[in-house]
Amino acid sequence: MIELVQVVKTFQAGLATPFTAVDGVSLSIPEAQITVLKGPSGSGKTTLLTLIGCMARPTSGRIHLHRLPGNVLPQLQAGDSVEITSLPERFLTAIRRRTFGFIFQQFNLIRGISVLENVMLPAYPTGEDHRSVEARAVQRLESLGLGRHLRASVERLSGGEAQRVAIARALINDPTVLIADEPTAHLDSRLSEDFMALMGQFKAAGKTLLITSHDPIVHGSPLADRVVELRDGQIVAEP
Amino acid sequence: MRAPTQRYRNILDFALSSLLRRKGRNLSLTGVYTLVVFVLASLIFFVQALKREARELLVQAPDMVVQRLVAGRHDPILAAQAEAIRSIRGVLEVRPRLWGYYYDPAFGGNLTVMANEHEPIAADAVWIGQGVARNMRVNEGDLISLRAYDGLPMLFLVQKILPTESELVSSDLVLMAPRDVRSLFHFPEGLATDLAITAGNPRELPTIAAKIVERFPDARPILKAELLRTYEAVFDWRGGLMVVVLGSALLSFVIFAWDKATGLSAEERREIGILKSIGWESSDVLLLKFWEGTVVSLTAFLSGILLAYVHVFFFSARLFEHALKGWSVLFPRYRLLPALDGYQLTVLFFLTVLPYTAATLVPIWRAATVDPDAAMRT
Amino acid sequence: MAGPSVRKSSIYLSLTGALAVLFLGMLLHAKVQAGRAMNQRESNTALVRSLGLTDLCIFTEARYTRHPAMADRHAAFQDHPMGLDHFPSGSLVAPPTFPSPHARPHPALPQHP
Repeated sequence: MIELVQVVKTFQAGLATPFTAVDGVSLSIPEAQITVLKGPSGSGKTTLLTLIGCMARPTSGRIHLHRLPGNVLPQLQAGDSVEITSLPERFLTAIRRRTFGFIFQQFNLIRGISVLENVMLPAYPTGEDHRSVEARAVQRLESLGLGRHLRASVERLSGGEAQRVAIARALINDPTVLIADEPTAHLDSRLSEDFMALMGQFKAAGKTLLITSHDPIVHGSPLADRVVELRDGQIVAEP
Repeated sequence: MRAPTQRYRNILDFALSSLLRRKGRNLSLTGVYTLVVFVLASLIFFVQALKREARELLVQAPDMVVQRLVAGRHDPILAAQAEAIRSIRGVLEVRPRLWGYYYDPAFGGNLTVMANEHEPIAADAVWIGQGVARNMRVNEGDLISLRAYDGLPMLFLVQKILPTESELVSSDLVLMAPRDVRSLFHFPEGLATDLAITAGNPRELPTIAAKIVERFPDARPILKAELLRTYEAVFDWRGGLMVVVLGSALLSFVIFAWDKATGLSAEERREIGILKSIGWESSDVLLLKFWEGTVVSLTAFLSGILLAYVHVFFFSARLFEHALKGWSVLFPRYRLLPALDGYQLTVLFFLTVLPYTAATLVPIWRAATVDPDAAMRT
Repeated sequence: MAGPSVRKSSIYLSLTGALAVLFLGMLLHAKVQAGRAMNQRESNTALVRSLGLTDLCIFTEARYTRHPAMADRHAAFQDHPMGLDHFPSGSLVAPPTFPSPHARPHPALPQHP
């Protein structure tokens, strides 16, 4: 479970034009459920994702991660809780690698590199054995129907295929939480439905999912356990 | 299984994939780089080997040579002065040397004609160096004709050709009996080209030289130390000049490398952002760029050095031949003996590998510390 | 599944390893040659000793390049007719166009009968 307490993120603090993207958000995200953050662009959804995903630090407030997976840091046991806003960058990266898988709006694949290697990239710095990473990547890609494209360069893929590569990459380190930022922005309705079905499978497999979207296919989906609406950095409604 | 080396290998894998994306550019970069190392290393090996030969061989040169100066120029010396010098305390032996230059109009080269006093050569016979034999196209047993001072030809029998291995000291030599040298050059009896002096104790040489100048103010003593120093200077000068030229080549290469390898494109910045966002630390990104630089520079360094070694010691620095030949017609062909020393190799390494790797790493530093959420905000 | 691929790093490391082995081979070769060189050098030093040689025969174009140790202190333009000196001025002043009776006159000059 992830718990946010009065989280504020201000950009350009101290300058003439400070901008508060997230303004006092308190929220708890339950395990093995799909939580959707909904709201217009500029409402602070993406910024909130980066704060939860240990990519950036809040200006104030606290973020607790409960029931961590094992093998994150030598000083932490599986099931421990940790407050992430006070940790140094190295620890944050270690936690992020093991706990979170990211699916970016623009997919953020590295061009000119094969599909397989793109998927393996997040595992490289962990020092895990190359062969086992490769076997896992191949298996993930095959289960997502990309077995034919292993050696292809990523720029030859269609939008839907590229997203599935991004999903396979997000899963390579076997994270407990999957974070997706506007995942259906570049997909047509059928592919968007497929995406949600896939998220349903991950939920069934016990993953915690956190998705931002203003697409009704996502926030209106029966699979979404919880929809949180944001506006101007604040939670406006939570049905 | 998690070995600490796996991280390095994994990131090396990606560095190679990354380099292979711009195959043409990176291969040509490595090629140019190899060439720079090759030329620099060839030069250093060559100069080093010659310097060592000079040191090793000229240890056997006379302790001191005394010339006579007339109007500021080298002139024959009276053989009688040898007696006076021999009486100076500390002088072991004084040997008048009889030698001179001969310009051969037929092939246009300069020869060094020298009287061999140690091993007697028959009258009208010569021993010649390999370079002379090559240029005149003669073998042992052939006759060669030299033009005497008065323009009349003198015929000599080629009795012996000096061995190939000695070409570094003997290539242009024509050795003959002292009497023949005198009649060829019309060199009067009682005069010598210079005097070679052997001292009992080399430490007394400066004192002996001072006494000679005191006794014969027109004499110019040249000590063996000076002679060796001349060689150090000659190679430093020649080597030095070429290093200046090559230094500028290297500098332009560094600029080129800086431009090419570090001109951090928007694309590269984006990639670093992506890597950070998928869980790479700054140190991982730096390791990646370190590998990218090392792959290119280490490959270039090793192959450049190996090529230079083969070039200098197996092919006698063939590519430098034109620069070294200058205007000479008679060009000695010597096979250099390998002289490698760790210091030179280390200097080369730091001169070539370090700047490039640094040039790839330094500008990355800032980009590598970019916040991981940068990739999400594009 | 295509089976685990050959890693690029394996290819690179074995190539670099091969280069490193050649590099070590080069060092070894230099060492062996240096030992063998003693013989060759011995015959050369004998020649240097018996003739009282003072210089290496590397550049033969002029007196001061053939015997740099024996040359006048400021030797230029005095030996081989085509010999350029080693001062910077030597790169500015061209050598004489027809230096010796054996050389052909410059075509631009009037021909004497």
